[in-house]
Amino acid sequence: MQVSKFWRELPQRYRLEGKKCVHCGKVCFPPRDICPSCGSDDMIKVNLPKRGKIVTYTVMYTAPANFEIFKPYIIALVQLEDGTHLTTQLTDCRPDNIDIGMDVEAVIRKINEDGRDGIIYYAYKFRPVLKRAEKKLN
Amino acid sequence: MREVAVIGVGLTKVGHLFSESLRSLFSRAVRGALEDAGNPKIEALYVGNMSAGQFNNQENIAALLSDFAGLNGIPATRIEEGCGSGAAAIYNGYKAVASGVHDFVIVGGVEKMMDTTANDATSIISTVTDQEYEAFLGLSLVGINAMVMRLYMNTFGVDREPFAKFSVQMHDNASKNPYAQFPFKTSLDKAMNSNPVADPIHLMDCAPLGDGAAALVLCPKEYAKNFTSKPVEIIGAGHGMDNFIFHTREDFLSLKATRDAAREAYRMAGITPDEVDVVELHDAFSITAFLSIEDLGFVEKGAAGQIVDEGLIALDGTLPVNPSGGLKARGHPIGATGVYQMAEIVLQLRGEAGARQVPGAEIGLTNNISGFGASSYVHILRV
Amino acid sequence: MKPSQPVGIIGWGAYIPQYRIKVNTIAQVWGAQTERYTEGLGIEEKAVAGPDEDTITIAIEAAQNALKRAQIEPKEIGAVLSGSESPPYAVKPTGCTVAEVIGATPNILAADLEFACKAGTEGIQFCMGLVSSGMIKYGMAIGADVAQSAPGDDLEYAAAAGGAAFIIGKLDSNAAAAINASTSYVTDTPDFWRRSEQPYPKHGGVFTGQSYFHHIINAGQQLMQELGMKPKDFQYAIFHQPNGKFPEKAARELGFTSEQTRVGMLVGRIGNTYSGCIPLGLSAVLEAAKPGDNIFVVSYGSGAGSDAFHITALDAIENKRELAPTVQDYIERKEYVGYACYAKWRKMIIGLETKR
Repeated sequence: MQVSKFWRELPQRYRLEGKKCVHCGKVCFPPRDICPSCGSDDMIKVNLPKRGKIVTYTVMYTAPANFEIFKPYIIALVQLEDGTHLTTQLTDCRPDNIDIGMDVEAVIRKINEDGRDGIIYYAYKFRPVLKRAEKKLN
Repeated sequence: MREVAVIGVGLTKVGHLFSESLRSLFSRAVRGALEDAGNPKIEALYVGNMSAGQFNNQENIAALLSDFAGLNGIPATRIEEGCGSGAAAIYNGYKAVASGVHDFVIVGGVEKMMDTTANDATSIISTVTDQEYEAFLGLSLVGINAMVMRLYMNTFGVDREPFAKFSVQMHDNASKNPYAQFPFKTSLDKAMNSNPVADPIHLMDCAPLGDGAAALVLCPKEYAKNFTSKPVEIIGAGHGMDNFIFHTREDFLSLKATRDAAREAYRMAGITPDEVDVVELHDAFSITAFLSIEDLGFVEKGAAGQIVDEGLIALDGTLPVNPSGGLKARGHPIGATGVYQMAEIVLQLRGEAGARQVPGAEIGLTNNISGFGASSYVHILRV
Repeated sequence: MKPSQPVGIIGWGAYIPQYRIKVNTIAQVWGAQTERYTEGLGIEEKAVAGPDEDTITIAIEAAQNALKRAQIEPKEIGAVLSGSESPPYAVKPTGCTVAEVIGATPNILAADLEFACKAGTEGIQFCMGLVSSGMIKYGMAIGADVAQSAPGDDLEYAAAAGGAAFIIGKLDSNAAAAINASTSYVTDTPDFWRRSEQPYPKHGGVFTGQSYFHHIINAGQQLMQELGMKPKDFQYAIFHQPNGKFPEKAARELGFTSEQTRVGMLVGRIGNTYSGCIPLGLSAVLEAAKPGDNIFVVSYGSGAGSDAFHITALDAIENKRELAPTVQDYIERKEYVGYACYAKWRKMIIGLETKR
C-alpha cells in the first residue's frame, strides 16, 4: 500500500505535466528541478502534447508481478508532437495492427489495482488515433 | 598511482544452488580466491550485490559476508550498482590499491536469487528500471531491451537469426566451462523457436536467473610476483554513465555509458580496440551484446550481426566474445557477474582456461552494465 | 421544474469502448436461442469494457470530449456529478478523479450519484439548479456504467459499457442547446436492485417492465402537460433502452413515432449502458439535431423513477459537433471478442484477481 507514492505523481499520470527549462527550452518528462541539459534550476510546468508517434514497441508475453492478467500487452516508446519521448502502454490495439511510425493519442486507463481492496492506479496509455466514421448516424 | 594486479581467482559454479545460502556462496568464492593467491593478508573487502534486501530480506551484508567469509574485523563495503555491482566493486577495490590506501584487497560479488520464484525474481530485477515511469506501467528490463531490438532490426535491416546465432555460440563456449550454469550446446533451431518473452526477444535471447559468487585478490603489481608467476595487470578502467530513464536517452541504439567507459579505459591502457584479444561483455540479452560489441569500438554501429553471422566471435575468431559462455550460458548471478567476467579474463590471460582457451590471449577486456546502460564499466587487463 | 435563469448544454461528449460481443456468442454458451434476444429484444451486440477500462475511465473520456465542445477553461467548472451503478469504489467518488484529470480541481464540488439507470440524468437536474441559482458558472453531469449482470441471466445479453457527459451553463451564445424544463416521477418500486455486497443485480422479471412503463409514461405525460406541448411538437424523442422493444412501445403509448426515436436508439448496436444509456442517446441526437429542433427525453432508473426533459437545439450546436469524436465514431469502432475473453475481463473466473 503506497498511496502517497501514487498520489504524488498524479499531475504527470493524469495530465502529462512535464517541466520546461526557461533558460535552454529543454522539456523533461518526468518533470525535474534541474535542467539535465544546461543545469539551470529555472524550470516551469508545461502540459505535454497528447499526440505522438510510435518509435518502437514490444509485446510483453511474460509479465512482471501483478501484470500477468493483462498479457500479452504492448509497451511502446512514443515521441510526442513536441519531440519529448515517453514510455507507455498501448491500448485498443493488437500486435498485428500497429507499427513503427503510427500516430497515437493519450487516454487515461486503469494500469493496475492493489488487489481487490486496494486503490486503483490510473495513468496515461496511448492508442491509435481514433478514426472518424465515414457517414452520419441518420 | 600504483599499478594493480590480480593474483587470485575464486568462483562457484552458477546455477540453482538450493543448498547454498548468500553467505555460504560468498565464503566459498573468497576461500577459493585466497587459496589461488597463496593466502596473503587481506586489508579490505569490496563486495558487489544487487539486491540482497529484496531477494534475501537481508541488508547490511558487507558486515555479514566479511564475517562469515572469515574476514572478521576487516573493513568491508557493499557496493550496489544494479547489474554492474560486480564491476563497481572491482573498480572501487582497484582505486583503493592504485591510490595506496590498501595493498591487498578482495573484490567480489554474490547474488542469491533462487530462494524466490522466477516471477518475483524478474520483478526484483526490474527495480533497476524507473519505478514510476517504466516499471509502474508494466515495463520490465527485458521489455526495454526488446524495444531496442525491434528498433535495431528495423533500422539496420537485421533479422532474428544473428541474435540466435550469438546464443548458440555462448552455449558452445559454456559447454567447455565447468563453472557454467548451462554447460551444453544448443542449436540454431532451438534458439530461433524458443518461446517469445517480449517480442522480438525470445527465451534463448535472455540470460537465465541463477545463484553464484566470485572473488578476486588485488594487490600492487610490484608485490604480485611474490604470489603468482602470472600476475595479470589491470591496465585500464573506465566508468561511464547515461540518463537514467531509457526514454530520456539521446540515442536509443547506443550505450553512451559504455562508449564513455571504453574511451577512458582505452586511453588509460594506451591501446585501441583492435588490440584486444578476448572480451567478456554483458549479454543480459543478445541485443545488449550487439550494442556492446559496437559501443566498445570493435565494429561500426549496426554491424555486430555481421561478425556474429560470420562466426568471428568464436574462440578461434578475430574477436572471441565471452569464452565463459557469457551471461547467457555461464549465467548471470547479478551482483557477481562483473567479477565472473574478470575472473574469466584472468584465467584466459594466464592460459588456464582449459578447453575454452583463446589461443595466445594477452590483452582482455571486460564490460559490465547496469540496467539498460544507466552505467557501464570497462576494465582492460594484460598479462 | 423550470430553472429560475435559463440554462443550457454548453458541451457534450460520449465514450463507448471498442470491444463488442455478439448476442449470438452469449446465447451459444448458455444454450439459449439467439432469436429470443435479437428478434425478441432487438439487440444484436453489446459494448464491452476492455481490461483497462472501468466507469472512471469511461467518465474521463466523456468529460474530456464534453470539455472540447464546451470550449471553456476546466477551472470554470464548479461541479462534477458522476452517476453510475458501477463505480469502481463504493467509497471514493468518480467525480474526484474526473475533476483531477481534466484540471478542474480544487475549487469544485464533486459527488457520485446512484439511481440505477437514471443516475446520469439526475446529475443534469442538479447542475441546472446549481447553475441557474448562480452558485456555479458551469456544472458537469456524467452518466457512465460498466453494467453488471449475472452470467446466463437475461440481463447479460444487454448489460453494456459506455457513458456521456454534459457541461451545463447559463444560456448564452456558446450554448448548444437549451434545457427548458425537467420533471421527475419517483416511487418506491422494487423492480430491479443490487444489495451492497453483491456483485450482480437481481430483478423481478416481467414486473420490471410494468415499472418501466409506469414511470416513463407518467413522467412523459406530466412533462407535456406542464409544457402544454404535444408529441408532434418534437423532432426527437429519447427513451431509456433496456432493450430495443420497450422504448418503442413507450414511444407509441405516449404518441411518438419510430422516426422520432430512431437517432437516439442505440441499444441494438451497443446494448444497454445503464446510466450511460440516455446520456449516449442524447449525445447522438445532439450530433444530428438542427437549431430549433425540440428534443423529448425520458430516462428510467429502477427503484424506481423517471426524469423527463424538454431540450431545444440552438445555433451553436452545428459548429460543436466535430470538435470531439461523435457517438457514431465510437459505434463504428469495434473489435469482437469471444465469451472466454469477455468472462476473463469481467472477472467472472473464480480466483482471478491481481495479488499483492
